[in-house]
Order: sequence, then C-alpha cells, then structure tokens
Amino acid sequence: MADASMSGSLAMTGPRGAKPKRALNPRNIMLYGILLLVCLYYILPLWVMIMTSLKGMPEVRLGNIFAPPVEITFEPWVKAWATACTGLNCDGLSRGFWNSVIITVPSVILSIIIASVNGYALINWKFKGSEVFFTILIFGSFIPYQIMLYPIVILLREAGLYGTLWGLVLVHTIFGMPILTLLFRNYFSSIPEELFKAARVDGAGFWGIYFRIMLPMSLPIFVVALILQVTGIWNDFLFGVVYTKPDLYPMTVQLNNIVNSVQGVKEYNVNMAATLLTGMVPLVVYFVSGKLFVRGIAAGAVKG
Amino acid sequence: MASQSRPFRLLHNLNAKIAALPMVLTTMVVFVGGTIWTVFYSFTDSKLLPRERFVGFDQYERLWSNSRWAVSIENLAFYGVMSLVFTVVMGFILAVLMDQKIRYEDTFRTIMLYPFALSFIVTGLVWQWILNPDFGLQGIVRGWGWESFSFDPLHSPETVLYGLLIAGLWQGTGFVMCLMLAGLRGIDEDIWKAARVDGIPTWKTYLVVVVPMMRPVFITTLVIVAAGIIKLYDLVVAMTSGGPGGNASQVPAMYVYDYMFQAQNLGQGFAASTMMLLSVLIVLIPWAYLEFGGKKHG
Repeated sequence: MADASMSGSLAMTGPRGAKPKRALNPRNIMLYGILLLVCLYYILPLWVMIMTSLKGMPEVRLGNIFAPPVEITFEPWVKAWATACTGLNCDGLSRGFWNSVIITVPSVILSIIIASVNGYALINWKFKGSEVFFTILIFGSFIPYQIMLYPIVILLREAGLYGTLWGLVLVHTIFGMPILTLLFRNYFSSIPEELFKAARVDGAGFWGIYFRIMLPMSLPIFVVALILQVTGIWNDFLFGVVYTKPDLYPMTVQLNNIVNSVQGVKEYNVNMAATLLTGMVPLVVYFVSGKLFVRGIAAGAVKG
Repeated sequence: MASQSRPFRLLHNLNAKIAALPMVLTTMVVFVGGTIWTVFYSFTDSKLLPRERFVGFDQYERLWSNSRWAVSIENLAFYGVMSLVFTVVMGFILAVLMDQKIRYEDTFRTIMLYPFALSFIVTGLVWQWILNPDFGLQGIVRGWGWESFSFDPLHSPETVLYGLLIAGLWQGTGFVMCLMLAGLRGIDEDIWKAARVDGIPTWKTYLVVVVPMMRPVFITTLVIVAAGIIKLYDLVVAMTSGGPGGNASQVPAMYVYDYMFQAQNLGQGFAASTMMLLSVLIVLIPWAYLEFGGKKHG
C-alpha cells in the first residue's frame, strides 16, 4: 500500500517495489554451503566409480581415486562385461545381465497384473473377508523374509520350480504383492465411484470395468508400479542367491561374486566398471522417471 | 462340497474372488502358513532336512549360547540405533534445508536420492573401494604428507560398523529426506504465519510446533527404517562378508542364511529367524496399536 501511494512521486527517482533481498547474505551462504557439502558426499561415490572404471590398473595403483584418468581406457568396461571370472565361468557380467533381464521382465509384468486386479477387487468388489486378507498382506510385508525362506523352498520344490527362473518370478510376485496392492488400491479408491456405478448400470462386468475404465484412467500409477518393481527386482540379492542356481544368478549376485572373489589379483578398475554396469539399469530408470520415482517410493511408504 | 451346498454365496462376486485368489494364497500359505511352519520346526532338531523330532527349546538355548549370534545381535542393535538416529536426524535437517524455498531444489533432491535407486550390493562395493586403506581416502590423505593418518574402518573389528554405517546412510538418508519433506509440505501455511506474528524464531517453530505436528511422519519413517534394518544383509555381504576377524560385522540375517543353506543346520536357522520375527513384532505391535487402535474411535 505504501509503495502504491508513493510510486507517483518517486517514479523517476528509483526502482519500485520492495527492496530485493541480497542473494549473498550470510543465511544463504550457510544454507547453500551446507547443501553443496552434503551433495559432495552423495556424488562422490558415483564420481569415484566412473573415474576408477576409466583408468588402467597401473594408474589406479599410482593415483588418487578422485582424480580423473590421465589416459581414458574402456578396457575395464569390456572386461567386466565380457571376460571377468566368477569361479570357472569367464564370460563376464553379461550373463548376469541377461539373467536379470529374463528374471525382471516376467516378474514385473506378473506382479503388476496380479496386484492391480487385486487392488481393484479390494476397492470396488469387496467380499466377505477381503479386508482381513488385505490387512494380513500389509502386515506380512513387515515379516522378515528369513522366516519364509525355507517354507518357500519346500513349496517351490513340490511344484518343481525350485532353482528355476519361474520359481524366482513367483517369489518376486509374492513379495511385491503387499506394496503394489496397497499402491493400486489407494489409487483406485481415488477414482470417483459414480464412474464405476454408471458402468455397472450400463451392464459392464468385473473385467469390462477394469479394462475400459480403471486401466485407462490409472496409467500414471502403472508407471509408478513399473519403476518400483524394476528397481526393486533388479536390486534383489537374497532371493537370487536362495532360489536360483549359479547359471541363473542375477546380476547383483554375480557382481558380488566377481568383486569379492578371493582368487587372483584384484582389478579395481574392472570391479568398478562391473559395479557401475550393475547400477546402470536402476540409475537410468531413476534419472528418466524423475518425479515419478519419488512419488513411487513416497506412495509405497506413506499410505494414502 | 461346500460350493454345492451353498452355491449362491461362494459364486457370488466370483470374478473378484478369482482376482484376489493370489492374495489369499500368499497371505494364507506363505505369510501365515510359512511363519507358523518355521516357528513349529524351530522346536525340532532338523539338520539337512526338516524332521519332526522335538527338542523343546534346545535350539534357542544353543542359539543364545553361540557367540556368533550374540555378536550378531549386538551389531544389529548398535547399527540399528545409530542408523535410526542418524537417518531420521539427518533426513529431517536436510528436509528443513530443502524447505527454505531454495533454488535448484529438484537438482539437490535428485542428487540426494539417487543412491536409493542403487542396490545394497552396489552401495557396499563402492564404499569398500573408497574406504580401501591403500588407494582410498586413507591413501590419499597420506599421499598429501600426513603419513600417520589412519582411516580404515573396514579392517578393524572396533570400527567396522561405522564403515557400514557410512555406506548405509549414504544409501538411505535421501529417501528419509523425501518423506520428511513431504511431511513438512503438508503443514498448513497458516501455522507459519501465526508463528511469525507471535515472533517465534524459525528454528524454535520447527522444534516446538512442526516436529510435534509431524509425529505420524516420524513414526512411519521409524517403522520403515527399522523394518529395513532388521533385514540388513546384502550390505554386509558386499562390504565385509561378516568380517574382519571372522564375525566382527555379523548380522542375524546372515546367521540365518548360513545355518539354513550352508551349515545344513535347519533347526538353528529356524530358531534364529523366529527370533528375528520376534524382534519385528516388538517394533510392529506398539506401532500398529498406535496407528490403528486409535482410529476406530474416529
């Protein structure tokens, strides 16, 4: 108000509006200083990984892990991908990569199909006991996996799936169910019930409503689920170790076997290239998906 | 038979029941059935294969008299408390800093959160390399001329848990920061205006007004972080394989795995995993009581 009344007389003498805050006040220096320092801690490992993986072994031995390579070489990457050894196999991480791909793809698809249909049934087609099962499901996600490891071994063995790809897919589907069901259930509950009722009046059934209304209206949450599952399953280690055989080991398991193997001379540059290769898929998913990733983990963590 | 005598009830809403069948099977067979099965067999002397020869609490007595288990529990307790305190405090402070209407917020968040996309194996291996005594941090500082500088947490039993903590915090604090930031953003602007009118300094508003208001966020975060800590396994495998000195960084999940799948002593593995379940219940039951017990009235 004061500005408005004075602006007439002062129009020619100076700038208008409130005095702008100086960008470089002590508070801002502190604030951004701390944030930059913190970011250094977060960035450092990625930087070190990339730099080490681009150096030759002599340079790694001589130099500083933070320094950029004097002479860039992609040999460690090639070696990590194609010829690094685990035990008797010397075909590199590529085997683990493709194993992880053939594990992740069906696991993600199956778990999302089951959880989305389940979440839809829980919201729009409640039946007696459905809420009880859902509560057990959510509580079940807090039970340590260790307690269910062996019973699942028995179940899979009985089904003839122990040590096979599909056994592991099933395990990922089971353990992805609580979080995904919660995700879909919460999302579907935000879709106006009138839509559902209108479709019912028009004679659409369970699957008709799912495919023609729920699915097209919920594509964002399917993307969130996709992000959650791809990173989660790709990063799994325990289930990979327990439920598959060495020739089917996912990438994380193989990576650990390559890096932490006791035999031979340690090739740190190859190790870092291998580590980076394994982290690449979730990192790409993360950087491409941006805010949806945040939304996914937040939705997973804080319900509603 | 049941479906013939009461076809109407069971067939009613049949599609939904088919859709929920995987959930019913998962909860009943795997979660409930599997848990009961393991607890049941923890009272037997199963070795290579499960068998029904009951030995009472023998497995538990053996478990608690095993020094490796004792170390595992101590480690988990220490790591757990440190990790909980640090992730929550650091996460909250970072969230407060991020909430100061700063520029490039998205960039800062992207940087702080990317470790959370990586697996514990990748996290552990990177930090193992950075903490490498010859080439990592210690080597560099020594190279600057400070010859006696010593920073080698992973190769000494007294400090190995701090090494794990550095890596664990790197991976998880960004996530907690995001949860806290969402909580901060959920607080009504008017609260801030009221505090400003009353002349309460910002830091005091955070401590006295905002933190109590964010109680649900804190509790949820604590439960999620705690449930993750009890499962701690991959990080230890990647960074130390339980060493140095054999068992300085052992954790319960490792004990369970080794006894079940390596040492062929199923009974011990079952007893140990039952203890893990018990510890989760100790965290979970009070939380569930607070979270859901009160809601019935409202």
